[in-house]
Amino acid sequence: MLEVQRIFKTYEGKPLLNDISFSVAEGETLCLLGASGSGKSTLLRIIAGLEEPESGFISFSGRDLTATPAHLRDFGLVFQDYALFPHLNVNENVAFGLKMRRLPQGEIAERVANSLKLVGLSGFEKRRVTELSGGEQQRVALARALATRPRLLMFDEPLGALDRALREDLLNELRMILHRTNIPAIYVTHDQEEAFAIADRVLILHEGQIVRAGTPAEVWSSPGSAFVAGFLGLGNIITGRYIGESEVETRFGVLTVDCKHKHQEGENIHLLARPLLAEKATNVVQGVVTDVVFQQDQFKVTLDNGLYVYLREVANVGEKIEVRVKVECLT
Amino acid sequence: MENIKKLRVFVSPWLVRIGLWLIPLSFLLVAFFYPLSRIFALTLDPRTLTSENLLLASEVLLFTFYQAALSTLLTLLLGLPSAYLFARYDFRGKSLLRALTAVPFMLPTVVVAAGFSALLGPRGLIHSLFPFSSFPFIGTLWAILIAHVFYNTTIIIRVVGNALSSLDPKLEAAARSLGADSLRVWRNVILPILRPSILASSLLVFLFDFTSFGVILLLGGSRFGTLEVEIYLRVLRLPNLPLAALLSVIQLICTLVISLIYTRIVTRATVQTAPRSAESNIRKPKTLREKIFTTAFAFLLSSFFLLPLSSLPLRSFFRLEADRGQRGEVLYGFTTDYYRELFINRRGSVFYVPPIRATANSLGYAGATVMLSLLLGFPAALALAKPTRLERILDPLIMLPLGSSAVMLGLGFIISFGAWLTSPLLVPFAHTLVALPFVIRTLQPAIASIPERLRQAAASLGASPLEVWKNIDLPILRRATLAAATFAFTISLGEFGATLLISRPEYPTIPVAIERFLSQPGGLNYGQAMAMATLLMLLTLASILLIEKFRIPGSGEF
Repeated sequence: MLEVQRIFKTYEGKPLLNDISFSVAEGETLCLLGASGSGKSTLLRIIAGLEEPESGFISFSGRDLTATPAHLRDFGLVFQDYALFPHLNVNENVAFGLKMRRLPQGEIAERVANSLKLVGLSGFEKRRVTELSGGEQQRVALARALATRPRLLMFDEPLGALDRALREDLLNELRMILHRTNIPAIYVTHDQEEAFAIADRVLILHEGQIVRAGTPAEVWSSPGSAFVAGFLGLGNIITGRYIGESEVETRFGVLTVDCKHKHQEGENIHLLARPLLAEKATNVVQGVVTDVVFQQDQFKVTLDNGLYVYLREVANVGEKIEVRVKVECLT
Repeated sequence: MENIKKLRVFVSPWLVRIGLWLIPLSFLLVAFFYPLSRIFALTLDPRTLTSENLLLASEVLLFTFYQAALSTLLTLLLGLPSAYLFARYDFRGKSLLRALTAVPFMLPTVVVAAGFSALLGPRGLIHSLFPFSSFPFIGTLWAILIAHVFYNTTIIIRVVGNALSSLDPKLEAAARSLGADSLRVWRNVILPILRPSILASSLLVFLFDFTSFGVILLLGGSRFGTLEVEIYLRVLRLPNLPLAALLSVIQLICTLVISLIYTRIVTRATVQTAPRSAESNIRKPKTLREKIFTTAFAFLLSSFFLLPLSSLPLRSFFRLEADRGQRGEVLYGFTTDYYRELFINRRGSVFYVPPIRATANSLGYAGATVMLSLLLGFPAALALAKPTRLERILDPLIMLPLGSSAVMLGLGFIISFGAWLTSPLLVPFAHTLVALPFVIRTLQPAIASIPERLRQAAASLGASPLEVWKNIDLPILRRATLAAATFAFTISLGEFGATLLISRPEYPTIPVAIERFLSQPGGLNYGQAMAMATLLMLLTLASILLIEKFRIPGSGEF
């Protein structure tokens, strides 16, 4: 459906988006994940037509949209700060896009009612938007975007201003609404939990480039680079020197790694040691416990050499222990 | 649809900016900076800078400082306890009383002068009710001082009161727990924290007293030569334009210096106290002492502010003395004659036209001022809503007319456009100069408050740029525009200093007509002054209510 091809954009002389290409399929929810400054919001605004790329193309269903102004693209956009019109009430806000399309009164009323019902705000029609809570405002913003039945929905950190519990609830609702309406969506966030919870496919942006793309499960199981593993917080990232025979010399001693790539002897490579223990793993790391934190049903134990692992049983600070870790190759 | 998509107009943003600035700046250049340069040129002439002129100027300057300082002290005397009253206690009618104290600040000087005259003047209510309790008021320094207090107490109440109510009550509790008694809590904790706001508000009051004109001329008379009054006298009564120019340059320099100090104090004062909920400090008076204080002070405040304001309309409906040339039986008591007289063109009266024509003139001028100041203010406010670094420099430039006195603006017009003085067109230009800073300050925050995101959201919902302007910008701006227009309207209606200098005798405005009626003998003239001042007061009060209704909360503060 949506095709983004070879987008370039610089900001104050530095490349902000550097050759970005991807596509969104029908009914698919794509998540752009990246730290602040990674260019993800700019990319969204370029797709929306609010900013122009320096080069590259945006097309939808095979039609080039590069020269189409924002208001003719028919893409819905939901902002982090909601951008509700303060001089209009809930009903008028949701009806805004329909009025712009000059739909008949009856249809506008029907669609507004449907949209508000979809986001669970029936009965709020006459309320002033400035009187609503943050969560309610976000629902109005969503209803407003849904009412026009856009060809594509875009979300720019839509839940960033809300507290954690509310964020989880809204995220679940949003996922169900997206599945029900089958509208393709692009969701921008810096929060990986949010991204993994809502996305069919994740693109990780770093310094203006897509560094990893795939389903949440694929990205999780093989991050592919030290940056992605670190950004997603998958575990201990260890640098070491390949000394041949699947062995790598690191500050934790020589570790054995099962690697698909062929490495040169003496090559510097990155390894990932996930904190969950693997009983059958061959690598043994020793260390003195310096910190113990209880988390959910296990203990996060940090050793004096910097390695952290999750243990089922409590360890004491100062105790010398041995842990078995599975090591993956990141390079 | 296809055509619309391809239509893309590119205009250089710099060209737009220059276009926005072109109109307001060229207006200021012609109507303000050119006259200003003429005044400076006249001042720097060696024939102006004689020792005689300089001596006179220094005497006038000294007296101006003296009366302003005295007025400020008296204002603090009433203002500080009032600020405390409003910031700490909750009592019945509080918000009404608070609004009442703010009313004089917006009233034209002629109305305030007429009000005090109606209450305390030789033809006023008190003198007529108790003929033997004769005491001089009009024409004394006290009249000036009390009118100044009447005008400016609200500034102290607002500035110091805000600081006081945003003061964390825990600070007081902490000081007490450390062993300080009430007096020491005040001396060592509260007053030091309030000092910047007391200083700032005092300076602002001082500035207003320093540049005050109408009150001094009408209540004090020409004996009290402040800079403003002296400039007026040297233009109209004892013509000496070079001396008038010298005095206005001195006046401008003083005003600028005071404003600069004020700005510095304000920037420091705002760092001091963090805004917090003002509710927690406010409570009902509990002890007997508190009850006596709140009741007595609320009573004092309400009578101080209510008496002059209510005397004016009251006096306009009662005949208390014979009219000029009126002989035989004089009917004292209730009358509507003063209002009816306004519509009659009498021979030998002050004017050649029915006095009510002054109202028509004023409304016409006010209408023209509204149009002109919106026309000039809108582009400037648009540019200042998102200023570039260069434009930040232009901002104080546009506000400069605010710092120069109205009489000086009039003088500048006379020196520069003397040939056109017969035209009634000069008046709305002078009024626009006074109103423009207020118009810009009302529009600019409203324009700036529209986030770009709203426009983008509208665009993503299918609104074309024109529809965005129509559906987003315009409705949000409508209220601010109405407020700005009402501001300009009110300012023009009440403007006295500049108008007195440049208006034609056959085109008087309401304030000018009131001044002329007041300076004439006879009960009828006085009564008509009262009637006109009452009309002006009602018009102004209606405008204030409108502004409050339209104004976006928190914007347009100075």
